[in-house]
Amino acid sequence: MYALVDCNSFFASCEQVFRPDLRNKPVVVLSNNDGCIVARSKEAKRLGVPDLLPYFKIADQLKRAGVSVFSSNYELYGDLSMRVMNTLSVFSNTIEVYSIDEAFLGLNGIPAKTLPALGHDIRHTILKYVGLPVGVGMGPTKTLAKLANHIAKQSPKCRYVCVIDQPERWHKVFAKLPVHKVWGIGSRLAKRFADLEVYSVLDLIHQDPEKMQRLYNVNVARTINELRGVACFELEEHPEAKQQIFSTRSFGNKVTDCLSLEQSVSQYASRACEKLRKERKLVKTVQVFASSSRFITNYYSRTVVVPLATATNDSRTVCHVARQAVRKHIYRPSVPFARAGVGLVELLPEAPEQLDAFIPRQGEASKTLMQTLDQINQRHGRIFIASQGIDPYWRMQRNLKSPAYTTRWNELPVVKT
Amino acid sequence: MNVVPVNPKTLGSLSFYLSYVAAGFPSPADDYAEQSLSIDELLIKHPSATYLVRASGDSMIRSGIFDQDILIVDRAVEPKDGDIVIAGVDGELTCKYLNLAKRCLVAANPAYPAIPIRDEQDMVIEGVVISSIRLHRSCTRS
Repeated sequence: MYALVDCNSFFASCEQVFRPDLRNKPVVVLSNNDGCIVARSKEAKRLGVPDLLPYFKIADQLKRAGVSVFSSNYELYGDLSMRVMNTLSVFSNTIEVYSIDEAFLGLNGIPAKTLPALGHDIRHTILKYVGLPVGVGMGPTKTLAKLANHIAKQSPKCRYVCVIDQPERWHKVFAKLPVHKVWGIGSRLAKRFADLEVYSVLDLIHQDPEKMQRLYNVNVARTINELRGVACFELEEHPEAKQQIFSTRSFGNKVTDCLSLEQSVSQYASRACEKLRKERKLVKTVQVFASSSRFITNYYSRTVVVPLATATNDSRTVCHVARQAVRKHIYRPSVPFARAGVGLVELLPEAPEQLDAFIPRQGEASKTLMQTLDQINQRHGRIFIASQGIDPYWRMQRNLKSPAYTTRWNELPVVKT
Repeated sequence: MNVVPVNPKTLGSLSFYLSYVAAGFPSPADDYAEQSLSIDELLIKHPSATYLVRASGDSMIRSGIFDQDILIVDRAVEPKDGDIVIAGVDGELTCKYLNLAKRCLVAANPAYPAIPIRDEQDMVIEGVVISSIRLHRSCTRS
């Protein structure tokens, strides 16, 4: 058996943990640069606040309706996510962290009768320990666990826990569920299924997997088997080490001068190198890109790929390469740049292996300097490579951000004594 | 010779005996090497359920909690009678003694009246205060 545990309206729920005044109240969270609504508390959903709508279109309306609005607070969400995952790991030896707010648990050898009680126990524990509400779905396959989770949240009588242990008993319910609710079947695929008159989850179960593999792909066939209770997808406990590292952002304001664009890619290069060092890797090829908004008439986008002479994880080298690429190949005075990024696309392990003996590596001095930089940044917040700029106007806007309650000493929640 | 790779991040918690292996007499203390003491280990039993908060006010002075102290709050333990707890009262986080017999929250300062617990819906106990931290000399990190 598998369980899929996911947090209800995760970002919005995080905003309520240290704010008892916001519990059971409408709360929404905005995307990067306060662009769109990306999370809504159940009260906000009940008010009819639409998902993914540009914020400026609805800002006044939200204010009048008394909805609390927050910028994304990734410092808080990341910390609370880690607490949820650590607490979940008490319930199972095998856990796959699937995204920031959901995880699959392996539940072998647990009697079927006790599964609903276990589900409620998980839910109660996460709520008590971390302060976040979750939904729990269980099934003999990951696809059924995910579907059970969907049902757990939709149907009030489930009280956020749903167990599908014998899928054939659920066909009545599956007949009413639209097929795009199935894990891995997107709305695009669901539209194509209409040709075969496959609309509901049950319609899909009745298809021949081999035929569907021929018509679509092998994953559709596997999904049908999974919906029938035959496990085809295993838990991925140790996701493969990253093959590429990207650091990309949209700008708060359009960037038109070359220096600012250089500073931005320099910052993303530093960030990417930090991740690179954490993974104990070196980069061999760097990719630098920048573009205007897609919505303007003369859409402009350039990507430059730069092979490095020496494999490195030195921020200074990568910053230098990124700035040069901008200055020489990417920047155009007439273009209002809307986003930029740096990709570390060809990675090597830090410890030399025989096969790579011919690729020159960076020296010890640079390694020590970077270790020191990372330590200082971790303990005391940011020190910068000078080329990143100090308070740039293009930095991401998060005007409505709540405090980093759990990660900064000077932003701890305040309690009245 | 025993070579131990030292990661500078964990250096703080490594026993320093390990670094004296180069020459001369082996340290007589080597056989007694233990983990050094950790404040986290002493004060935090449930790391994923423990939050730090900042006290603000003088209602708990007689319990030894002063304005601007840092409180270590454990959400995992069951609140018992006489515990100092964090509760949401009127939409605000507050810190008081829990008196289960009289069903109220009590300050540790006679200037403050007790707060009755009428409705479980209205007053949620968020966690139990395990410890409070006061800096007696300013320290750059807080």
